[in-house]
Amino acid sequence: MTTPAPASTATVDLATRFPGVVQLDARPDYTGFIVEKDSLLEVAAAIRDEFGFDLLSSVTGVDYAPDKMEVVYHAYRTSGGPGLAFKVQVPRIDPVEVPSLIHLWPGVDLQEREVWDLLGIKFSGHPDLRRILMWEGFEGHPLRKDWKEGFYEEDVKPFKSRWPQGKFAMAEDLNPFGDNLTFPKNFEPEKWIPEGEALLYGALARYTVENEDGISSDRIVINMGPHHPSTHGVFRAVMTLEGETIKGLKPVLGYLHRNHEKIGERNTFLQNMPYTDRLDYFNSMTNNFGYALAVEKLMKIPVAERADYIRVIVSELSRIQNHFVFIGTLLNDLGAMYTPSLYAYEERELVLDIFEAISGSRMMCNYYRFGGVVRDIPDDVMQKIKDLVYERIPPKTDELDRMLSENEVLLARMRGIRMINAEDAVAYSITGPVLRAAGVPYDVRRADPYGIYDRFDFDVAVRYNGDLMDNYLIRIDEIRQSLRILDQAIRQIPQGPINSQKPAYQVRVPAGEAYGRIESPKGELGFYVLSNGKPNPWRYHVRAPSFVNVTALEKISVGTKIADFVVLLAMFDMVMGECDR
Amino acid sequence: MDSETFNLPQYEIPEDLRHAVAVTTLDRLYNWGRRSSVWPLMFGLACCAIEMIAAQTARYDMARFGMEVMRPTPRQADLLIVSGTVTKKMLPPIVRLYNQMPEPKYVVAMGACASGGGPFKEGYNVVAGIDKFLPVDVYIPGCPPTPQALIAGLIKLQEKIDRQIIKEASWYKRKVKDPNYVPVPILGPDLIDPRRAADIKAAAAQEE
Ligand code: SF4
Repeated sequence: MTTPAPASTATVDLATRFPGVVQLDARPDYTGFIVEKDSLLEVAAAIRDEFGFDLLSSVTGVDYAPDKMEVVYHAYRTSGGPGLAFKVQVPRIDPVEVPSLIHLWPGVDLQEREVWDLLGIKFSGHPDLRRILMWEGFEGHPLRKDWKEGFYEEDVKPFKSRWPQGKFAMAEDLNPFGDNLTFPKNFEPEKWIPEGEALLYGALARYTVENEDGISSDRIVINMGPHHPSTHGVFRAVMTLEGETIKGLKPVLGYLHRNHEKIGERNTFLQNMPYTDRLDYFNSMTNNFGYALAVEKLMKIPVAERADYIRVIVSELSRIQNHFVFIGTLLNDLGAMYTPSLYAYEERELVLDIFEAISGSRMMCNYYRFGGVVRDIPDDVMQKIKDLVYERIPPKTDELDRMLSENEVLLARMRGIRMINAEDAVAYSITGPVLRAAGVPYDVRRADPYGIYDRFDFDVAVRYNGDLMDNYLIRIDEIRQSLRILDQAIRQIPQGPINSQKPAYQVRVPAGEAYGRIESPKGELGFYVLSNGKPNPWRYHVRAPSFVNVTALEKISVGTKIADFVVLLAMFDMVMGECDR
Repeated sequence: MDSETFNLPQYEIPEDLRHAVAVTTLDRLYNWGRRSSVWPLMFGLACCAIEMIAAQTARYDMARFGMEVMRPTPRQADLLIVSGTVTKKMLPPIVRLYNQMPEPKYVVAMGACASGGGPFKEGYNVVAGIDKFLPVDVYIPGCPPTPQALIAGLIKLQEKIDRQIIKEASWYKRKVKDPNYVPVPILGPDLIDPRRAADIKAAAAQEE
């Protein structure tokens, strides 16, 4: 049985290093430090350079209505160990403003834009502070507690209209516009001039340039997406080209922004579990894991021993199928239309069969509960898992490896094309296989073990060239390591209860904050959950690896050829459900 | 389809010609051709798109129904499978894609989200069902619908195609140009449907 680690803050004494401007966060069950706004840059620089927290994992904001707002940072060491949370508090009077950390950690770029978009906290010094998930011209900052959407009924669930009486009303009937809409008073649609995308295009590299010979020429602006077969969903990149070389690039996100966090703050804690399935919809099993960890930390409850093993088994199975599909779609993007994907999906189907047998759904498993899992793995399914792990997947991995890794065309397209170097990868907060392929052996399973990952013997897959080929090979390495973990977990799994708690629709979560993070197949997946003792989280933030990784896209792509861009993008293994949330 | 099923039941074909000759209507022949080569737009929105991909793979093999040729461009597609959550930000591109598809064109709403908003209905950026903007031919329930469910939905679409009559088909009517054209929504302070501009103005004036 594992109990959640009590306080995951590293033992650094920031308060004595910076007397007067840094205080220990003394609120009960809060961790970290509160930094004075004016000294933030200085303190952050010390955190990075003196204390060695080089990876700024997450930036988010909290609206403590009615009086103050807070920006929360989580920093980690790439050498491993627990993290450090530091916070800045500002009065909730517009304009709410905090200095931007973009010059220390360029990886905060998109995250700060998100906080501005959703919470209306300005980051002074940010060079390109535009909305990111919503569009320019949208009214209000949706995650503020006093902002109400078109289908607003009540602050928290369960709604009185539905429970306990069981009446219902169509949300459309309750809204004056008859739809999910809110408009300011006396709004006149015909007079509206759309904001357009002038700001976006303004942020790109200059349109007309003069080359060395003094001839001025225009760059071509290309929009790729949101409908494009190789952008893996509704991702859009706007770029300026000179010939075939990319000169400027801005990602445009939000085409799948489903308001996960706003809905999550209205749901009860348990109601959020199925929503996490829909973040990275390839890996509902690992998404559940992160959220369960965060809430278990808050509730301070242990996890049943058998459930711990089950969690590892399903997570690693999920990682395997994810990487198979990754390889399939990568080959698709390289032009090997469909055949490799068909091979990949064959294995994925077998894993999904297991998920369906234990959870009832192929993709949206909703399998974890606080303190354990919801259903046990029956013996016959366990046998299927064994067959898969021992008989089926190893030869299939070898087969894939043999078919592809030495392939002439693949080598020509991928070898030597640099993705990112280690230093930049850390600065840009990249996590997951892309970071490890750049030579940084950082894997949350090893760096800051959660669940029972400290019991297993496995290697953190790492490659050192950081080119596209390494980014591809590392996926195969990881499949092999996952098989090793699975082998040990299957041997060691004990019998016993699968949940340390009684099944309940409503869990009691004491006030406090928790940051649960796991190594999802795409990178570090973090859940920042804040409870004030009520049945619903006060703040619920998802630190999605796809979203943070894509910050570096501009850095990576500028200077490469447009044909390589598709492959560079594929290497992030993005899932828009998680990226846009 | 073999000549046996092609043949209209009222017509007796002599025994020895049964494998060579069939008497049928133009509609039936025409619809048979169309229903057997529906080309969907290669267009994924969210989680449901993954099941749409799974439906094309070896285990489910949508190709059996003549639907495997996913076209990345709307100009070559007959069918728009709305596979996932439609957000307000994504709606203008979707409507534009739809408008660019040549007639006859069909829309399948795959999954709870596309059919009515699904689990994310209350979200401020979510459109509660694509049918508020596009005419939907088949709704497929599920979150996500399994590949089998998707295929069942597409078979329903084929049945619908079977029943269409050339003479009455809207896309051959000369009088109306572009009968299914949908005005592209505008992103304002919130989503503006140009067809409802007057309503919106009236309701906004009412607000207290
Ligand atoms: S219906 Fe369910 S599976 Fe499909 S897009 Fe919506 S949330 Fe995802």
